[in-house]
Amino acid sequence: MKASVGGYARATDLRHAHDLLAASDGLGRVLAGGQSLIAAMNMRLSVGDMLVDISRIEALRGVVVEGGRIRIGALTRHAEIGADPAVAAHAPLLRDATDLIAHAAIRNRGTIGGALAHADPAAEFPACVLALGATLHLSGPEGERDVAANDFFIDVFETAIEDGEILTAISLPVAEPGERQIIRELSRRSGDYAMAGICLVRRAAGHRVTAISVGPRPVLATAAMARLDAGDHAGAVAALRAEIDPPSDTQASAAYRRHLSGVLLERALAALDGEAL
Amino acid sequence: MSTAFKDRVDIALTVNGEEVEARVPAGRHLIDFLRLDLGLMGAHASCEHGVCGACTVKVDGLAVRGCLMLAAQADGAQVWTIEGLSDTAAVADLQAAFVARNALQCGFCTPGMLVTAEELLSSGTVPDRATIREHLSGNYCRCTGYEAIIDAVETVAKARAAKGAA
Repeated sequence: MKASVGGYARATDLRHAHDLLAASDGLGRVLAGGQSLIAAMNMRLSVGDMLVDISRIEALRGVVVEGGRIRIGALTRHAEIGADPAVAAHAPLLRDATDLIAHAAIRNRGTIGGALAHADPAAEFPACVLALGATLHLSGPEGERDVAANDFFIDVFETAIEDGEILTAISLPVAEPGERQIIRELSRRSGDYAMAGICLVRRAAGHRVTAISVGPRPVLATAAMARLDAGDHAGAVAALRAEIDPPSDTQASAAYRRHLSGVLLERALAALDGEAL
Repeated sequence: MSTAFKDRVDIALTVNGEEVEARVPAGRHLIDFLRLDLGLMGAHASCEHGVCGACTVKVDGLAVRGCLMLAAQADGAQVWTIEGLSDTAAVADLQAAFVARNALQCGFCTPGMLVTAEELLSSGTVPDRATIREHLSGNYCRCTGYEAIIDAVETVAKARAAKGAA
């Protein structure tokens, strides 16, 4: 179908974007790469939005490594993240995830900030930043605030972003020497939303596991993490299957998603040990 | 309501190398602007939610979905459609290979396939079949079963490499 749009304005800088949102009578919606938002508007899931196009605010784009942290601007496109040497070195999970996000033409326009603010539980980046313990940087009319990934994702398409706030960047600690970051997912067609997916991070402090497409938001699998920290791989797989409550839909039943999630954790663990599966 | 928001947006861009100025509804998709306002019917509007790839065009050198971009967002951009890429012969070898290999039947997906394949081959490398298949994974073809399309793209990649090396 065709999008139904209330109006369009292009922000020249962040301040301008805030002014536009303030002037939108609560109908403002931030447009970045548009690869989820415009699809949603086309399906009339969102109607009459006053679009605030932030996609040309150059200050919100690019990757910086500073003080042991890597900071990625919200408007950095998936294809740019996939090709960025600093991301590959310091946050390889994000680099590897870009291969799994939709298709090349969509990666050319989609942005990491857009993907996180959209908060689709079937998307890769939300689960990645949760696994990596990233911080999300928000800018609002009253100033800036930081939100931990753990507190950011609330429900399907719902985040901690308040009215008038804009996600400007994410940051996370650079990977430790010897840190491993692995993402595995299964979808019906390459590039489609995953039926299930797993992010696995192994650091000196312990393991982190997040699950994609098994609930209303990305799931931090704390029971599985505890079993992995205890060196119990089989127990971790069983714990993961027990602690998730996946939905059934036309793509996959809940039981199938639960099964796949365990298989993907097994594969991720095998990859940790150097086996290619 | 603030007058900062426009329900019709003035844009200036180049399409297939020609300068275009227009006033478009805020919700006008780039693909509808190209097809309905400019009469460039080569790229197709099909699923209209980014899944099928039939609307793929080039914007500032990159293949993008014409249905997931507003015309308003293309202000200042350089847009190329299959018409321009055909006229400049940028995809002539791909088109010839598609014909030779029967890599199309109804042809509905072909403009999107060609733009997507051209982006892959523009890197100058010779991708293997798995890479070609992956790059074309966002373009549906309901006729060919894809094998002939992969064949055609692979043939052109090898031919371009041989020509470059000669």
